[in-house]
Amino acid sequence: MFFIVVYLHMFRGLIYGSFKKPRELIWIFGMIIYVCLMAEAFMGYLLPWGQMSYWGAQVIISLFGAIPGIGDSLALWIRGDFVIADATLNRFFAFHVIAVPIVLLALVVLHILALHEVGSNNPDGVEIKKHKDDNGIPLDGIPFHPYYTVKDIVGVAVFLIIFSVIVFFMPEMGGWFLERDNFIPADPLKTPEHIVPLWYFTPFYAILRAVPDKFLGVVAMGGAIFVLFLLPWLDRSPVKSIRYRGVIYKIAIAVFVISFVALGYLGTQPATEIMTWFARVFSLLYFGFFVALLIIPKFEKTKPVPDRVTS
Amino acid sequence: MKKYLVIALLALAPAWVLAAGGSVPLDKANIDPTNKQSLQRGARIFVNYCLSCHSAALMRYERMGTDLGIDEKLVSENLMFTGGKVGELMKVATAADDAKEWFGIVPPDMSVIARARGVDWLYTYMRSFYRDDSRHIGVNNLVFPDVGMPNVLWELQGIQEPVITTVKGHDGTEHKVVKLELSDPGLQTPREFDRTVRDLVNFLDYMGEPAKYDRRQLGTRVILFLLVFLVLAYLLKRNYWKDIH
Repeated sequence: MFFIVVYLHMFRGLIYGSFKKPRELIWIFGMIIYVCLMAEAFMGYLLPWGQMSYWGAQVIISLFGAIPGIGDSLALWIRGDFVIADATLNRFFAFHVIAVPIVLLALVVLHILALHEVGSNNPDGVEIKKHKDDNGIPLDGIPFHPYYTVKDIVGVAVFLIIFSVIVFFMPEMGGWFLERDNFIPADPLKTPEHIVPLWYFTPFYAILRAVPDKFLGVVAMGGAIFVLFLLPWLDRSPVKSIRYRGVIYKIAIAVFVISFVALGYLGTQPATEIMTWFARVFSLLYFGFFVALLIIPKFEKTKPVPDRVTS
Repeated sequence: MKKYLVIALLALAPAWVLAAGGSVPLDKANIDPTNKQSLQRGARIFVNYCLSCHSAALMRYERMGTDLGIDEKLVSENLMFTGGKVGELMKVATAADDAKEWFGIVPPDMSVIARARGVDWLYTYMRSFYRDDSRHIGVNNLVFPDVGMPNVLWELQGIQEPVITTVKGHDGTEHKVVKLELSDPGLQTPREFDRTVRDLVNFLDYMGEPAKYDRRQLGTRVILFLLVFLVLAYLLKRNYWKDIH
């Protein structure tokens, strides 16, 4: 559920250009939160100590082993043993319940502090601190309290309803949230037939599998996450919001979203030949989006951006 | 990359693990978790036939009695063969080392087996044993080939023989279909035996998550409350926002 909200929040940032100048810092902090969240989720998933926990962790940690030179020592250092073992379980527990949550909290504070420096973006992409009244209060903005506190109560209620439906009626979600194999205790001698990460990692997992070489695959997967950090400097269009961008940009975003979802689906499927080819095509489209961001502003005709927020 | 990793690891694993993922079509278990009598019968089959080798170490006799509406005294007199107190966990007396020597594997714990395998798999598996003299235990299983477990319910079911027929598929390729036929009837008719297995699977499903039905009832109330809360929250928000265009 947290991942759904985070993905929605990132998508909103993407289409309304909230990552752009002057909000690069907010975007960077947000991305670090996202990476920490992945670490938090990954380490938490080892804790039930079922088959899928064990083998999922085995696969992910072995990725670090692909780094040339220090790889094997690094993987050994992370595990604290030659295989996933008690040492790994203990440290992952400590990281999952204390270390990473504290880091996340600190990052959320930084995210909000950075936001206060420049103020919130809006679907029009108007800088709200440009027009102020005599008391220095932005004319285009409304105070967070009571307007957004009240609005967020509605959001919280919707979230809790969906959350309760999952908790009370479908905690296993047909194997998407709690996998069948995870009800079998971890056994280092038996490998499950088909190891899949949970759905929020599968887009990146599909990119990893699409590259035939292990090291290059890890590079591609890391790159797929790292390139998001660079977003503020890739898209140089002065226009923030999708409302005032050209058709090509809208198509590019649509293609990006489709390839992300498709990669997410492919990551859950066994890697047959045809699936791998699909994964390659969608991986290229995924990276192609960032290349397109570099090119599009050079010829794009944008609509004029209003000076003030439209109603 | 992953494929090679898996292949390498599988080569190390005992061969029977490979066989665990059969592609036999599964029969629907059609269990009725609200049927207390079925659950009680299932519990009786479980403690009589399964619990001597398979533990259910996450479950207590007492909890089972309370949930299934069985009196505490009845539980300790009729369902507990190892003595001990009614609040104890459902463990087995068989030592793990012995079991490993006899069956080649320690029989897995049954507490959450229904969630790991699924009820349809269990239902089909328990009914798919057939005679196979080439094996040391004398039986084999269609769903789980070369399984280490003997057919403990043979007395009820009787003995099944495999009948192999060759069928031509739509694309002209021939493949073998194995059907099981009852050669030596047991104490129960096939219909009765299916019901017995259904009761057992029903019980295993209950044991996989004893609180499942409580959770659904509670969930309905929680969600009703949240819906009312959502309406109020929305009205409040609309009232606050009415002067924002």
